[in-house]
Amino acid sequence: MEYWQKDIETMNREDLEKLQLERLKKTIEAAGNSPFYNKVFKENGITADSIQSLEDLQKIPFTTKEDLRNNYPYGMAAIPIQKCVRIHSSSGTTGNPTVVLHSAKDLDQWANQVARCMYMVGIRDTDIFQNTSGYGMFTGGLGFQYGAEKLGCLTVPAAAGNTKRQIKFITDFGTTCLHIIPSYATRLAEVMYEMGIDPRRDTRLHTVCIGAEPHSEEQRRRIEQLLGVKAYNCFGMSEMNGPGVAFECTEQNGLHIWEDNVIVEIVDPVTLQPVKEGEVGEMVLTTINREAMPLLRYRTRDLTCVLPGECPCGRTHKRLARFKGRSDDMIILKGVNLFPIQIEKILMQFKELGSNYLITIETEGNNDEMLIEVELSDLFTDDYGTLQRLTKEVTRQLKDELLLTPHLKLVAKGSLPTQEGKAVRVKDLRKLC
Amino acid sequence: MTVNQISIFLENKYGKLSEILALLAEENIRIIAATVADTSEYGILRIIVSDPQKAFKILKENNVSANLTDVLAIVTNSCAGSFAQTFSHFTKAGVSIEYMYCFSANGKSILILRTNNREAAREVIRRQNLEYIHESDLIKL
Repeated sequence: MEYWQKDIETMNREDLEKLQLERLKKTIEAAGNSPFYNKVFKENGITADSIQSLEDLQKIPFTTKEDLRNNYPYGMAAIPIQKCVRIHSSSGTTGNPTVVLHSAKDLDQWANQVARCMYMVGIRDTDIFQNTSGYGMFTGGLGFQYGAEKLGCLTVPAAAGNTKRQIKFITDFGTTCLHIIPSYATRLAEVMYEMGIDPRRDTRLHTVCIGAEPHSEEQRRRIEQLLGVKAYNCFGMSEMNGPGVAFECTEQNGLHIWEDNVIVEIVDPVTLQPVKEGEVGEMVLTTINREAMPLLRYRTRDLTCVLPGECPCGRTHKRLARFKGRSDDMIILKGVNLFPIQIEKILMQFKELGSNYLITIETEGNNDEMLIEVELSDLFTDDYGTLQRLTKEVTRQLKDELLLTPHLKLVAKGSLPTQEGKAVRVKDLRKLC
Repeated sequence: MTVNQISIFLENKYGKLSEILALLAEENIRIIAATVADTSEYGILRIIVSDPQKAFKILKENNVSANLTDVLAIVTNSCAGSFAQTFSHFTKAGVSIEYMYCFSANGKSILILRTNNREAAREVIRRQNLEYIHESDLIKL
C-alpha cells in the first residue's frame, strides 16, 4: 500500500488523538483573536486552559452558518486580513454569503490534503487531471487545482460546462482522471457515446473523483461502467476549505476524514448530544490545522455516521458513511446549494401565483432535475400566451437566483397538498444510499 | 354581440374535467358550447353556459381557478366561403383572432371569437353589418 504521508495517514489512534489535542489547544488560543470567538469565549468563560482533553471540546458552543453570515465578511478572521491571501464563499445566495479566509499556509495545507486524497485513490504525478468544476469562488475549482499541482499531475483546468470541449480535451490531451459532479459524469458519458466515442476504448480515463452533490451507490456503479473508470466519492464544504475534507480510499467503503486537520463529532440534530458510536447524526467539525479562520464545533448540517472497525487500507482516520441527507432544508443539486426560501421569495413576487408550492427533485434518465409546482392564485387570463409568458418569466428569475433551470409547472388552486403547521415543500425522490 | 364565457384552468389529470362538469350539472347549469385546448401540462376549458354569473359563482365557491371573459358571438350560414368572407373583414381591419370555436344551432353557425382588439372587432361587426347574437338569445338555444 502506498501513502502520500504514511506517518500521518496510518498513525495509531492514541498518537493521532494526542496530535489532535495539541492542535486543538493551539487553535483555541488562536481563535480568541477573532472578534467572534473572543466574544464567545468571554461569554462562556473559556480560556486555553479549559481544554485538557478532547472531551473538553464539548464546553465550547456550536458555531453555525448563521454565525458566519452575521460576521460577514471578516468577523471570523483570527489573523490580520493583511496576512490572508484568498477568500472563498459559498454558492448559497440566501442573505449574506458565508466567507472563508485563507492564509498562504492554509492554502498550502489544503492543497496537501487534496493531494493526499488523490494519491489515496491511485492518482500519481504521471496522470493528466482534468477539473470540470467551476473555478472562482466555488472551492471545487481551485481546491482541486492546487491539490493536483501539489501532487504533480499535469492539470487541465477545463472548468464547468461546454461538454464537447471537455471531450476534446479528454481525447486530445489524454486525460486520465477527472473531478466531476456525478450528474454531469453521466451526461458527459452520454454525449461521448452520441459522438461515437467509447470512453472505455477511446480515452485513457481510469479514475474520477465525484462529489459536491448527493448520489447513490447505483449512480457510482453506473458512472464506473459508462466511463470504464473507478469512481470515488469525495466530500468537501467551503466552510472546511472545500474538497478534501473526507475521501474514499480504494476500498470504496466509507470516506476517511482527515483527523489531523479536523475533529469530527456526530450529534443528534435535535438534542445536540453526541450519538452512540455508529449511529446517524449531524456531523460537527472543528478545524485544528487552519490559521486564518478557525471554526470550532461547526454544525455542517450533513447527516452521516462513523463506520465501525478498521479499514483494510491501513489508514487509521475515521470513515464516514455515505451522506444521508441534511438536518436543514438545504437542497444540493448539480453541485449547487440552495434553500427552498430562495424559490419561495421569487414565487411570492408574482401576484398571479398562489402561496402553495412543491419542489420535487427527481432523477430523469441520468440527470437530477428540479420540478417546481406552483398553484395559480386564480385564473387571471383565458389565454395560453399569457400563461406561457408567466411560466417563462418565473423560470428566468428562478434561474438567475438558483444558477440552474428548474422545470416550472403551473397547477390549479387547491391541487397541492396542504398541511397543518410546517408544510412539506420539498420532495427528494433521488435514490440515495 | 358580446357574450360571457367562462375559462377554467384544468390540470392534465384523470377525472378533472368530470369534476368540473359535475359541479355545474348539480346546479342545473346547461352548457351551450364548450372547447378544451391543451398543452402538455394543463388545459383551459372554455364554456358558454345558460347562466354565466351563477356558474362563475359556483366555481369560485368550489375554489376552481376560473375567469369570466367576454367574447364575440357572430352568426353565419354554412355556405361555402362564408367563414372566409367573415374573417377577411377582420383581417382587413387589422384585427387578429386569438382563438375561436363554433357550433351549429337551428341551421345557423355560431362563431365564438376572441380577438386582440375588442373595440376594433365590434366596429367591424357594425360596419360590415355582420349578423350577431345577443346573450339573452344565445342562452335560449
